[in-house]
Amino acid sequence: MSLKKFVLGALGAAVLAAPFTAPAPAFAEDTLYLPKLVYRTGPFAPGGVPTANGAVDYWAMINERDGGVNGAKVIVEECEFGYNTDRGVECYERTKNKNNGALIYQPYSTGVTYALADRTRTDKIPLMTMGYGRADAGIGTAFPWVFPLMTNYWGQATGIVKYIGDQIGGLDNLKDKTIALVYLDIAYGKESIPIMETLSEKFGFTLKQYPVVFPGIEQKATWLQIRRAKPDYIVMWGWGAMNATAIKEAAKIRFPAENFIGNWWSGAEQDTVPAGDAAVGYKSATFSAAGKEFPVIKDIMTHVYGKGNGSGEENVGQVLYNRAVLTQVFIHAGILTAQEKYGVKAITSEQLRWGLENMKMDAAMAEKLGVAGMGPSISPTCEDHIGGGEFQIQQWDGKKWNIVSDKITPMNELVLPAMKESAENYLKEKGLEPASCS
Amino acid sequence: MFYREAGQFKSSYKEDQAIFPILQDRIGMGIILLIAFVGIPLFTGDYFIGAIMTPFLILALAAIGLNILTGYAGQISLGTGGFMAVGAFAAYKFATFTFTFGGFEGTMPLVITILLSGVMAALVGIMFGIPSLRIKGFYLAVATLAAQFFIEWVFIKVGWFTNYSPSGVITAPPLIIMGYEFDTAAEKYLFTLTFVAILALAAKNLVRSHIGRGWMAIRDMDIAAEIIGFKPLQTKLSAFAVSSFFCGVAGALWAFVHLGTVEPEAFGINRSFAILFMVIIGGMGSILGSFIGAAFIMLLPIFLNNVPPMIGWNIGVDMVAHLEFMVFGVLIIFFLIVEPHGLARLWTIGKEKLRTWPFPY
Repeated sequence: MSLKKFVLGALGAAVLAAPFTAPAPAFAEDTLYLPKLVYRTGPFAPGGVPTANGAVDYWAMINERDGGVNGAKVIVEECEFGYNTDRGVECYERTKNKNNGALIYQPYSTGVTYALADRTRTDKIPLMTMGYGRADAGIGTAFPWVFPLMTNYWGQATGIVKYIGDQIGGLDNLKDKTIALVYLDIAYGKESIPIMETLSEKFGFTLKQYPVVFPGIEQKATWLQIRRAKPDYIVMWGWGAMNATAIKEAAKIRFPAENFIGNWWSGAEQDTVPAGDAAVGYKSATFSAAGKEFPVIKDIMTHVYGKGNGSGEENVGQVLYNRAVLTQVFIHAGILTAQEKYGVKAITSEQLRWGLENMKMDAAMAEKLGVAGMGPSISPTCEDHIGGGEFQIQQWDGKKWNIVSDKITPMNELVLPAMKESAENYLKEKGLEPASCS
Repeated sequence: MFYREAGQFKSSYKEDQAIFPILQDRIGMGIILLIAFVGIPLFTGDYFIGAIMTPFLILALAAIGLNILTGYAGQISLGTGGFMAVGAFAAYKFATFTFTFGGFEGTMPLVITILLSGVMAALVGIMFGIPSLRIKGFYLAVATLAAQFFIEWVFIKVGWFTNYSPSGVITAPPLIIMGYEFDTAAEKYLFTLTFVAILALAAKNLVRSHIGRGWMAIRDMDIAAEIIGFKPLQTKLSAFAVSSFFCGVAGALWAFVHLGTVEPEAFGINRSFAILFMVIIGGMGSILGSFIGAAFIMLLPIFLNNVPPMIGWNIGVDMVAHLEFMVFGVLIIFFLIVEPHGLARLWTIGKEKLRTWPFPY
């Protein structure tokens, strides 16, 4: 090695060793800081892009139309983590102290949700996990900072089974039926197993489990097994690229699409459009209606895209986009509730927790925020971070998703005891005292 | 000029065999330790300590572990992630195990839990190291790959390891030692740093000892090593055991200190590859190289991700992520071309040059 080569190498190393700097806190009057962990890259980008766009566009619309929430401007900052738990944690640490402190986090990743459960408890920042994350997090005393709002995976599983029961003329007819559970073999997918097992014992159907190896591109072997097992219904817990592949494979084994029901992360345009004709008739759960006819979506079109801004017009009105918008609406309602109670515009994360625990998302509130008929009515409390809620089944007709069921309430008599038990275990393992709600 | 050791005479074997025989090295090391133990916790923020330094140290520890096996003993392993998983899950099982002893009920002290988890990983490592007696090189890499997949599969499949958690995710208990809870980023960092500093020192001494020389002899030519009296069985298996111990402790720290929770996927094949790259880029057969490699593989992407917003270059976060991948890939190739023996070699050569400067020969 010559000296020149050495100097070249050392120079390269020196450039990289430039210091990592901590973000400098910025001071501004009356702002609300909502960092957003996003994954616009990586294996789950098809789902990550519309959810990110929905959130960003909603707040852009609020800033444009109302000048913020009661005059407090909303600052949204994206941090890309590529559905990688380590990077998600890094993003959280990077953003949490900026702009007078982050108000709330919504990672859209079960792995990150688990990892942040501890950190948000120490930092006193709410964690919104609407429709995903820990199934037991609805117990507010055990998870004071986590807000799953409106049911969870376990509730969803019971609801889907209820729907299947309706299809065949009552839950009693589930006896001797076979339901196949196809799930992505990571924490998220496995959340559904215990409650499905409980359900199969209770209603006497045979449950067959088919794990799909992460990230779920290759499923041929799985579907050969399913073909042999001849299930009556297939329930899917998939996400990302796995969904479209599964829908195609199901069509290849000539499984009737209307008996194939995905959970609410397996039913979006990103899953059905790539599957083409195979997806016609495929069903999925959903808690947010798709479409552009809602006032809030129209406002986004006028105030964001009408002015040449916005991040992805093709996503507007899609299932995942609307769901992200709906999630922001719940946060919005929480902020409004907190602002009213504490009489300040720039609320803190602790005040937002109170706001989320005391908001009432009823018909009047939904009307006010422009989401009437778009999502469930909920009223969480300090003990109950779910606050009721129901969901529906939608079906893909080849062009768009249509709601095909009434509102389904989960079998809470089964779900709640399981949640309580799991939450108690969590507290015991962590050596924590339940939070007080008085 | 600055790195001149003229006048430093060694008058005993002890001095001659010191880890850092040159005074300047000792001073440098002291300064680094002082910065790490005092400077960083005092003068940097939570983000730097909690999201950058702590994971960096833990991964560096795992890289030291793999470096012992691959760099010193010459056994290629792709099972690092698996051994880390063994450490994490063993620590969880030990920590949640309540024993009763004459009316006294308690759990194991934290430090013992973490060390025991390393021992468990070492036992598993020995088991998967047995094939190394027969197979070498790439074939061994494939055999350890089996360890990686098998271990991951077991933790996903067998509910007992996660205390039957519905999602297969474990939540680590709080870090309490003698009633004191380590819960801020700086405390957790110091906790990790203590472990890493002590274990790195142990590794450095180990590779300079009889055992380490045995590993290197086996690496350089196993038949010759056998002829001069190193038994391949003990030597290879001890390398697997020590290596897995380090990886196991790193896994336990990752689960308990860094994330506070762990799913088996956190220790997947990608983790194994990342740590192998740390060893290759940092420098095979170098403890310093393990730290440099970990810094390169773990910190560089985060650094690249932070640059565009820092200089006020406003492009989308997805664009930043793509740029990050591109620049990172180019840099890996750049360093492999400029210095195929690893970044630690740069330091060795630089030191040589500095010692003879300004009159090189």
